[in-house]
Amino acid sequence: MSLQTAGQTLRHPAFRLAITDMAGASMGLAAWAMVTGVAMVKSGMSVSMAVFMSLLVYAGSAQLAVIPLLATGAPLWVVWLTASCVNLRFVIFSSLWRSYFAHLPLHQRLAIGYFSGDVIFVAYMKRFPEPRPAPDQQPYFWGAATTNWLAWQVPSITGILLANAVPLSWGLGFAGVLALLGVLLSLLFDRATWLATGVAATAAVAAFALPLKLNILVAIAAAVTVGLLIEAVDRRRHKPEVLLVPADSAVSADELQQIEAGDAVALREERHP
Amino acid sequence: MNWDGLEFFIAVVGLALLTVVTRSFFMIPEREIPLPDWLKRGLKYAPLAALTAVIAPEILMSHGALIATLKDARLPAVLCACAYYFWRRGILGTIVVGMLVYLPLHIGWGW
Repeated sequence: MSLQTAGQTLRHPAFRLAITDMAGASMGLAAWAMVTGVAMVKSGMSVSMAVFMSLLVYAGSAQLAVIPLLATGAPLWVVWLTASCVNLRFVIFSSLWRSYFAHLPLHQRLAIGYFSGDVIFVAYMKRFPEPRPAPDQQPYFWGAATTNWLAWQVPSITGILLANAVPLSWGLGFAGVLALLGVLLSLLFDRATWLATGVAATAAVAAFALPLKLNILVAIAAAVTVGLLIEAVDRRRHKPEVLLVPADSAVSADELQQIEAGDAVALREERHP
Repeated sequence: MNWDGLEFFIAVVGLALLTVVTRSFFMIPEREIPLPDWLKRGLKYAPLAALTAVIAPEILMSHGALIATLKDARLPAVLCACAYYFWRRGILGTIVVGMLVYLPLHIGWGW
């Protein structure tokens, strides 16, 4: 973007509109950012490391999630895997961003990707519900992105500097855990998600002694498996018939199909009391 | 923790790349790729699994073992935070309530 186009973008009414649209959510963003800043420093990071991380990574929940891992020296791939899982929602968002910005050159698409986030996404989709390009969209996006960036980085770095003045023994870093707890609770919609979380918690604690923070991997794998299994079972839970299978005989192809579809539960007859 | 400078640097640069790649994922290819079903399903469980895996030990364990005492400020703090969340559904309030319970118990009583 040349200076001239940057100036045009700044003066564009859609740029201003985006700032107003984002103002309401900015307080919440700021509080989150401060918690993240404090949590980073209280995990043992130096101020310069924390500022570097805040400016570069620019991701609230992913940053919070990897802090305990970085603090215990987890291997890089566990850190990255955890962040990828937490960031998965952005992958879905990106498929919607595409309908507005697919025509732009790659470097602009990447820039839009990097500076987008949940709050911008919500504001943008409210303003432009029609998934097709329109002239005001880019200045609007950059207005929202600038507001989001400032509302995040300023309090985040303030939090980093303030946290440095507070003793570690106060345990302010616990606010980061509570923030993640809040996000987690907001993801629990149904039986399957609750069970998956229960499994993940049990697995993460039970496998804690594994080296290289592998308990994280075990917990993620177990929870995703359980979640998908429960979904598969739930889809088929329409009052199955009991099918008595005589001893010493195989089920017919027809019956096998019923069993596999979950319409019948096979019960094997046994030749002894 | 070994806050080894170089390893931290690599970790952070990798995390920044993940921010770019995940947020622009479907904008990167020139041709449109349809959103696969397994991704939508995975989306439902992978984030909550990762979050739980990270915070469960932070809440339930100390020094590598399950908490053996009820005199731990984290437990009442988490209970009150959860109660608040299901009452009001606000994440910021959840953090505030949790810390309001945690800090006096932790700093005052040394739990």
